[in-house]
Parts: sequence; structure tokens; C-alpha cells
Amino acid sequence: MHYRYFLMKILRAVITMLLVVTFVFIVLRVTGDPAQAILSEDATEEEYQHFRKEWGLDKPLHEQYFAYLINMAKGDFGKSFRDNRDVRIIIAERLPKTIVLMSSALLFSLCIGIPLGIYSALHRNSIGDRLSMGLSVFGFSIPNFFLGILLILIFSLWLKIMPSAGSDSWLHIIMPMVTIGLGKMGSYARFTRSAVLSVLNKAYIRTAVAKGASRMRVIYRHAMPNAAIPIITIVGTSIGHIVVGGVVIENVFAWPGVGRLLVSSVATRDLALVQGVVIIVSISMVIANLLVDVMYGIVDPRIRISKKED
Amino acid sequence: MAVNESSRVLVGVISNEILIKKIFRKVPPVIMLSLLWLLIIFVLAIFAEKLMPHDYTATNLRNRLAPPFFMGGTADHFFGTDALGRDVLSRLIHSIHTSLLVAFLGTMITAIVGTTIGFVAAHFKGWVDEVLMTLVDFQYSMPFMIMALLVIAFFGNNLILFVCLLGIQGWMRFARLSRGMALSAQNHGYAVAIKQLGATPARIYLKHILPNVSSILIVQTTLNFPQKIIVETSLSFLGLGVQPPNSSLGSMLSSGRDYLLTAWWIAIIPGIVIFCTTLCMSLIGDWARDMLDPTIEK
Repeated sequence: MHYRYFLMKILRAVITMLLVVTFVFIVLRVTGDPAQAILSEDATEEEYQHFRKEWGLDKPLHEQYFAYLINMAKGDFGKSFRDNRDVRIIIAERLPKTIVLMSSALLFSLCIGIPLGIYSALHRNSIGDRLSMGLSVFGFSIPNFFLGILLILIFSLWLKIMPSAGSDSWLHIIMPMVTIGLGKMGSYARFTRSAVLSVLNKAYIRTAVAKGASRMRVIYRHAMPNAAIPIITIVGTSIGHIVVGGVVIENVFAWPGVGRLLVSSVATRDLALVQGVVIIVSISMVIANLLVDVMYGIVDPRIRISKKED
Repeated sequence: MAVNESSRVLVGVISNEILIKKIFRKVPPVIMLSLLWLLIIFVLAIFAEKLMPHDYTATNLRNRLAPPFFMGGTADHFFGTDALGRDVLSRLIHSIHTSLLVAFLGTMITAIVGTTIGFVAAHFKGWVDEVLMTLVDFQYSMPFMIMALLVIAFFGNNLILFVCLLGIQGWMRFARLSRGMALSAQNHGYAVAIKQLGATPARIYLKHILPNVSSILIVQTTLNFPQKIIVETSLSFLGLGVQPPNSSLGSMLSSGRDYLLTAWWIAIIPGIVIFCTTLCMSLIGDWARDMLDPTIEK
């Protein structure tokens, strides 16, 4: 067992979370009085006093910082000034929709991007390869909000076969999912192609071919497991892109998730809500990255061992 | 004397011509097309004031949502008019001007800040390096967009703040690159020699190391520029970037969203401009990187 690799990863994740919270804390302090920022304009003097006391605003800065950390750890982000509801509850209502959209977009991009990349690598320079690489260049260079608008124009307004906004049925998820997923699909396909190509040049593949292994066996038994490692890394690092894509695309398709909540709360300057969403989104990303790292360590034994040696 | 001078000039011109021809022969057609498109876009951006056929804010409610020329409209409003009767072509040119200017300034800030941080980390090493590299790691794991939304929510929005904010996007790539290159340059003879001649650190880094690593940083800049355009147009699309009456390609697309059914061109034309511009820049950036890095297999 190599605990050290996993321990280092967890430590790193904790430091990143701490930096996120510190960053929000600094932004909150630089803008002036956090009580004014977090509470609504028509809050009473009493509420101000109560807030100041609870968040320790009358204490020195380092104590304020610790009080803030404790509040964040408890998940106490304050109340939204629009309807005075607890920020935690508002976010919890929106979270399932976002998780459904993100995970289906990720699944879509993986299920199409990776086979496409493998196909391209095995049929290098064929028409199929050219086409799929062209598609992936298109996928990752088109701004996703423009792609979303194009899809709405074509499939909702002209062909009238897809709903353009909302989340009432499973049909509603298709267009936002494709919009978020297509860009990632392109980079997965391109990356998989180059990963497989570089593995195919390796000596052990030549050995496998030379000893008479079938083409299928060479591909699935020898090439794929080795190509999988860099692919997992790239998937791990792209989780952030999917989250950001979600923020924009939820607004294009009026998908009632956290991204739409974030943008509308920024527009109305509902700061307690913004703070809550930013912290929750970044912390869930850190956790997702941590899970990928852990998986990476399990899939590739070399990682754990080499980390242990140094 | 005069003959000598002119013949030397002539030789210079000829060898330049040959050189340019040589370079052009190596450039793939896709890159040529991309360069051409960017040339058009940059000309439009720089001479926006002179090239706009109409005032981009002039409204004409009697001529709302007029179709573009290629759909039966008049040549006077080549791309038609929007919901307030404003000329779409003029607004497009103005938006290209705004978007490119904002993205350009943002890219410059990123390049300067990122490179400086990288050099500082490489120079001081020790805990300074540790702290800066931790920040780099943090920035890699925290999407810029989320940070930008937080800052916009707390500080409100104005153009200067917005440009500075865009300057943060992607700084960590420059920092990591320049740090690595500065670390390896420190061991090169020229850096050691100039240090022993008593040059100040600022002189060593700016006058001696920077010119030697500039080509890679320039490529990184050309790769950062399209990202800046995407980020700027995304934020403006969400209504959180460039604010009216000023218009950016993103806000133009967003305002055309409500008229997709009746006047799709208002949203689609700026979208195509964004797409082609970022695509061309990425193609050129990738190509330049491959040219510079002979280790990448073709």
C-alpha cells in the first residue's frame, strides 16, 4: 500500500480549498464592509450588529479570517437578499439539475471522443480520420454559446424537433449536453489519437505483432491500457472546462441549474449567493480532481511507486 | 558611390524577396487563408471609425429588422438592421474593434504579468518560488470564469476593471513557461558572463534572457489571444462584460438571441466572426508552435 501518494494528493486538495476560501475572503474585504455586501440594503441596524458579531467583524483581521473559515466550513454563506432564504437551500435545489447536465455532457464527450480518437489512430490519414479530426477542430474552436444558438436556430426554430429552453423532459437535455460535450469531445478525440499513435510506435507493440498476436489482441490487450493513462489525465484536468461550459450553456438553454443561478446572482449582485455558489463549485471541482488523481494512482502503479521513492 | 549604394539596396531587396518567397512556400494554404482573414479583421478593428457606413448607435425605428443584402435587403444596410433599426454592419465593425482591443490589452497584461512572475520565481528560488508555483497550481485548478464572475459581482463592472480581469486569464501558463526557460538560461554562458560583468538582475532578465526566450513567449501569446476573445465574448454574452452603449461581439450575439426566428442574422453574423477569428488564431498559433519545436513529430 502506498499511502503517501494519496496523502499528498489529499493535502494538495485541502490547500487548494483553503486558497479558494482565502481568495473569496480577500475579495470580500477589499470591497469594503462585508456586512453591507452580504446583507440586503434594507437590513435593520440590529441585523447588521448581529451579523458583525456572528462573523466576528469587530475582532482583529486574523480572528475574522478564522471566523470566516469556520462559517464556510459549516456551509453558512448567509441569506439571499432577493427572498431572504438560506443560500444553502437555494443551491441545494439547483444542484441536481447541474449534476445531471454535467455528467451527461462528460459521458457524451467520452463515449464519442475516445472511440473517434482510437478509430482515427488506427486508420491514420484515411478519409474517416480526416473527417473526425476536422469535426474535433470544429468542436473545440467554436465558442460554445454560439454553437448553442446555432442548435436552437436549426433544431428548435427551423426543424422544430427540439425544445429550446427548460428542463421538463429528457428531450430538453440533449441540446445543452451536445453543446457542452462537443468541445470536449474534440479535444478528447485529438488527444486519444495522439496517445494511441505514440503507443503504437513502442517496441512492445512490435514484439506483440512479431510473436503473432492478432490485431484485436494487440489493440485491446497491449495498446489500449497504455494509452489509457494520458487520457485519464486529460479527462481529469478538463473537469473545470465542463463546469465553466455549464455556466454559460445553462444560460443559453434556460437550464435551471447552479450556473444560471450564479450568473443571475452576479447580475443582481446578490453577493451572499455568489459567494456560496463560487465556493461550492470550486470545492466540488477540487474534490472531482482529487478523485481523478486517486483513480490515476490506482490505474497506474508507477505513479504511486515513483512518488513513494522521492 | 551612388551606384554602389543603390546596388546594395537592390541586392537587399532581392534577397528579402527570396526569403519571403521561401517562407511563403513553406506556409500551408490554410495558414495563408487564416492570415488573410485576420488581416481583414485587424484592418476593420483599427480603422473602425472610418469604415463604419453608419453611426453604430443611430436608431431608425421605421426600418427595424431589415434583412441583409443577400436576403433581399438594400446595399445601404448590407447586413440589415437590428431591433432598433441600427445598422448591423456598423455595429459589427464597432464590436470587432471593442472585442479585439479588449482581448489585445488583456493578452498584453497576461504576457507581462505572467512572464514577470516566472522570472521572479526563477531568480529568487526558495520560498518565493514555492509560493508563486503554489499560486500557479491553484490557478490551474480554479477556472478563470468562476473567479471573474466573483470579482464582477463584488466590484461591479467597468471597462478598465474588465480588461485587468481578463489580464489574469492564463497568466499561469506564461509564469510556468518563463520560469522554466529562465532557470535553464541561468546556466548558459551568456547569462553567467553578463552577471559577472556586474549587470543588475533587471538588466540580465530584460536585455539578455528575455530576447533569447521571446519566440516561445510570442507563440504562447498568439495561443492566449483567441482564449481572451472567447472569455470576453462569453462574459459579454452573459451581460457581464462590455456594457451598453458600447458593444462587443458577445453582447451583439446576445442581443440578437431574441430575434432568432425573425432576424437570425443579427446573432449569427457576429457568431461567425468570433468563430472564424478564434479558429484562425489557434491554427496560426499551433502552426507557429510546431515550426518552433522540431521535436513534435509531423
